[in-house]
Amino acid sequence: MCEECGCGLPGETPAEIQAQSRENRPRHSHGHNQEQDPDHSDGLSHGQHHHHDGEDAVHEHVPSHTHTHEENSAALAVSRRTLDLRRPILEKNDRLAERNRGFFQARGLFALNVLSAPGSGKTTFLLASLRSLNGRLKAGVVVGDLATDNDAQRLRESGVPVVQITTGTVCHLDAEMVARAVRQLDLNGMDLVMIENVGNLVCPASYDLGEDLRVVLLSVTEGEDKPLKYPPIFQAAHAVVVTKMDLAQACNFDHDTAILNIRRVAPSARIFETSAKTGQGLAEWRDFLLDQQAQARARDPLLV
Amino acid sequence: MALEKAREARAARVDVIHLRIGALSGVVPDALRFAYEALIPGTIAQKAELTIEEVPARFWCAECHQEFESEDMLAECPRCSRPSGELRAGREMEITSMEIE
Repeated sequence: MCEECGCGLPGETPAEIQAQSRENRPRHSHGHNQEQDPDHSDGLSHGQHHHHDGEDAVHEHVPSHTHTHEENSAALAVSRRTLDLRRPILEKNDRLAERNRGFFQARGLFALNVLSAPGSGKTTFLLASLRSLNGRLKAGVVVGDLATDNDAQRLRESGVPVVQITTGTVCHLDAEMVARAVRQLDLNGMDLVMIENVGNLVCPASYDLGEDLRVVLLSVTEGEDKPLKYPPIFQAAHAVVVTKMDLAQACNFDHDTAILNIRRVAPSARIFETSAKTGQGLAEWRDFLLDQQAQARARDPLLV
Repeated sequence: MALEKAREARAARVDVIHLRIGALSGVVPDALRFAYEALIPGTIAQKAELTIEEVPARFWCAECHQEFESEDMLAECPRCSRPSGELRAGREMEITSMEIE
């Protein structure tokens, strides 16, 4: 089981960059440490503390009371205070995702985040997309898996540069892993970075990677009701791609119900029905991808 | 993050951690509690209570010009049954506050 699951909160590693810079900062003194300030109200001294840490937007509410110098340290230890935080638990990831977004934009890279359950055909779908693009966009791929580089090998055989991220026990990619991986690609002249997320329909939904387009795959073998079982991931999708349409008949795939279910969860997502085997729907998907990429480029004045 | 903030505030102990978790956040409160219990031993938050305010998914219906809450996470307006593409709340995953000593 993913050791970060539950999800994301416990696994979020301490914000190292932030913590380090704070430790390097010269220790400031405030009311409690000042010998020459024997009698003060806690509220005031914490107010000062708060000023020093201003960028954190952390507010402490302390019952206002006065006490003597001797009591100072003891009072600090026993007085119950409320720290007002209002911080997103995945704040660090969100911040790094925005940094990725800026990086992608500055380099004219269109980023695609591909999510699905294990075995829905992410790697095959990417290979089919690359074939269909036929060099119209210069692409690189980042692949996430718990272990092995089998997917990366398969993709490499198609001739695209590939970076494998092995996450160990982590069930999703986060913005930092992607930032590190992308920098290993030769980005010169590259237009498109495809990110194959770890096969999982739960946790990856919560992690913004800085992508332009988020695509969720649903294979016909998984059942028509998958979107209803995992609403958050489908709800966040810009496009939903039904894969393995060549098997639809064999597994009694109810097309209308599936589309209806996707619509119920993700009413504004574009839906594509594809088969990497027969080529069904791939041209349509490719044109959509090219169009989205062109639009993203047009939006960025730096690249016009 | 809670422990880091508690250390910065020079807390000796964390008594309560208050969270807000949205229905569409991908976080299951029970799983979160389970993971939390596994994480806190040996920290200054080892006796801290975890309170979770669950935020239902709320959508905006452009037809009815009204917000609606969704119990099943689906985006269908209960009045006109049209799907809504505008999520107003439900993705929250935040630490609202903590009580420390």
